[in-house]
Amino acid sequence: MKERGFTLLIWASALLVAAMLLWVLSDVFIKGLSHLSWSFLMDEPSDSGRSGGIAPILISTLLILLVALFVSIPLGLAVAVWLSDFTEQRSEFANIIRLTLDALTGVPSIVYGLFGNAFFSIFLGLGFSIVSGGLTLACMILPVFIRTCESGLSAVNNDWRKGALALGLSRSATVWHILLPAAAPAIVTGLILGIGRATAETAALIFTSGYVDRMPESVMDSGRSLAVHIYDLSMNVTGGDDAAYASAFVLITLIILLNTFAQAGVNRWLKGRLVAL
Amino acid sequence: MKKNVLCLCALLCFSVQQGAMASSDRLRLTGSSTVAPLILEMAKMYEKEHDGVRIDVQTGGSSRGVNDARLGLADIGMASRELKPSEQDLKPYTIAMDGIGIILHRSNPVTALSQRQITAIYKGNIHNWREVGGEDLPITVVNKAEGHSTLELFLKYFSLKNSQIKAHVVIGDNQQGIKTVAGNPGAIGYVSVGTAQYEEGRGTAIKQLPMGGYAATVANVQNGFFPLSRPLNLVVKGEPSPLAMRFIKFAQSDAVHGLIKAQFFVPVGPL
Amino acid sequence: MLNKHIDKPVSVLLMSIAVLCGLILLLVLSFLVKEAWPAINDGAWRSFLVDDAWYPLEGLFGISPMILASLAMTVGAILLALPLGVSSAIFLVFYAPAPVGSVYRLMLNLLAGIPSVIYGLWGLTKLVPLIVQWQAPGVSLLAAILVLTLMILPTVALTSAAALTAVPQELIAGAAALGLTRKSQILLVLIPAAKTGIISGVLLAVARALGETMAVLMVAGNVVQNPTSLFAPVRALTANIALEMAYATGTHRAGLFASGLLLTLLVLLLAWLASRLRSQAQRG
Repeated sequence: MKERGFTLLIWASALLVAAMLLWVLSDVFIKGLSHLSWSFLMDEPSDSGRSGGIAPILISTLLILLVALFVSIPLGLAVAVWLSDFTEQRSEFANIIRLTLDALTGVPSIVYGLFGNAFFSIFLGLGFSIVSGGLTLACMILPVFIRTCESGLSAVNNDWRKGALALGLSRSATVWHILLPAAAPAIVTGLILGIGRATAETAALIFTSGYVDRMPESVMDSGRSLAVHIYDLSMNVTGGDDAAYASAFVLITLIILLNTFAQAGVNRWLKGRLVAL
Repeated sequence: MKKNVLCLCALLCFSVQQGAMASSDRLRLTGSSTVAPLILEMAKMYEKEHDGVRIDVQTGGSSRGVNDARLGLADIGMASRELKPSEQDLKPYTIAMDGIGIILHRSNPVTALSQRQITAIYKGNIHNWREVGGEDLPITVVNKAEGHSTLELFLKYFSLKNSQIKAHVVIGDNQQGIKTVAGNPGAIGYVSVGTAQYEEGRGTAIKQLPMGGYAATVANVQNGFFPLSRPLNLVVKGEPSPLAMRFIKFAQSDAVHGLIKAQFFVPVGPL
Repeated sequence: MLNKHIDKPVSVLLMSIAVLCGLILLLVLSFLVKEAWPAINDGAWRSFLVDDAWYPLEGLFGISPMILASLAMTVGAILLALPLGVSSAIFLVFYAPAPVGSVYRLMLNLLAGIPSVIYGLWGLTKLVPLIVQWQAPGVSLLAAILVLTLMILPTVALTSAAALTAVPQELIAGAAALGLTRKSQILLVLIPAAKTGIISGVLLAVARALGETMAVLMVAGNVVQNPTSLFAPVRALTANIALEMAYATGTHRAGLFASGLLLTLLVLLLAWLASRLRSQAQRG
């Protein structure tokens, strides 16, 4: 009987979460879909985004994300591997790094925005640009990515490590061929968290990648991201709600697509690894 | 896989290089979030008519516009207010006017408030709509966040200090004010006249109150009768570059009146 | 591949990258201190604690109500999101039939990816009017807590699910062999085994709740006062920065950077507490 009650409780909370999500999303889907069209995706915005489309904004968003992932994936995996397999678990120094990363995770995105503006835009002279925005986002998602990957790597059964060492594999090879593939679910989770956070970010990007809504010619151009566009349309542009909802719909679809690609990409890469062994 | 990464590297390097060689026909504007959407549209129109010119518009606030223009971080600053006495080293070019009006929820039966009543409501001396001839409903005072030029104008007009105001909600940009009032039958707030008129027209649950006996309409802002109005300015320090000057002239010309009206502001000059 | 000499250089390389990443914090902090300096040097920081109100243009910099508001929101949201999130994770990993499970996971990913602006918009146009009918002004601590709960739920659920999935199969098999029911397996074996993962998910969530800006700005009401009731409008530290940063100059600007600095230090403290907690748990 108690077993039944527990099952019921679990189902009920799952349903509650699903219901809340549907409530939040209903507006986005109903209002967004009615405004959405092929030309909305392919056109430049006009009349402050009330009409026209979001093509340049879509491109800018993707470029910003590309820069952010390009920097944060290799760096993030390196640090995660170092923390999980190249230091003593109890090492004081590694703990300081962990603490630092946890603190970085908590730094509010708006503070990253201020930092990115002062450091990348002004100090390094990158200006309001896609590069500034992407690097700022990279700083922002790195700690989350690292900690998720690390926890995945640490969770891999220690027998595998012992087995590989007994076979005479170097630690580096063990990580590359055995541990990373085994930790794949965690890596995907980290990627998804990172992509989600980066793509949906508003506060950090207003101050770094900027407000310009035309097609970027290079990554040194200022480019408005989708989330900034949505914020501007809903909070600053009168009569922009329809386009805001449609943009939100596009943004959410984009995140689903990216997550699927991330999942598939990691799977493929891992298959390659396992075969190479 | 490796090849892909290499290609990507090359692509990024290439585009960085390209950016660094950008043309000198580039204009940078920063400042007021009220003016930014309007200038962005003007910039696009100007770019279309003049090949090779690139105009970058960044948003922020009026003070940032003034600051950036002064420090040379921007070629032109945008400010949604008059320049202060301490800012006389800059030269303003007015491109449009904007009015600030009081809004209530549509269901509120109150049709007019005197200046004294509004002051009392914002100071927290009047708590209930009953006291000014409305229903028995607590008043929700919506105020703007410190630093916004709309707030400064409002305080000046009603001779208030921000610390005297007993606000229940503090908002940032214009649309947030409209959405907040539309969602609360007891709310009172103040927003840009043109946008409120537009939102009222498309069925949003707000209504505007007259000020000093004049209805809050774009027409009354244009003819100067509406008491709470402000200029939207482009500001420059010293002598603007030839391109900046050409753009300012363009922003003040008749050619952009359609754009100004589309953003619910009021073009300057004769009717 | 069998060459063990490769480990040394790889280790050094990885460590330098780790140090580099750690340095980001130092960079952020030193920059914050530099910009906040006019507001904190020569004992000026005292006014943050002593002043009883926040009117920077009139020289009043009382910040403590905003600290309390940020903390109250975060605690409230975690209290709601932790049980919901962990049960969602249990549902996902152990109860959901395969097709339902993949749809549910997709949904959680979706929730995680919704920009905070959308949550804010939903809160402002749907949730707040509901609360107004109950008690004005609607924008309130409660609205902020509810919106934040929704925002951090997927983080808690997804990381908990990952931690639960990572529990070794032998452990589950062992528990089943002992004749434990599914409920007991989950509560007595799996959740304790996944504890570290769940805690780190909660930490992520705390950080996100403390740092959330746009959504909170839209629904919390932003009045600087102590959070005395669930229905009182309050202003979070982050919202304070976002509301006033674009317009602030001089000491006002420095004051905002100081609140950013304070927020970061607060998170640092939390991170340190959490790591203490974890190492104690490992020892115990």
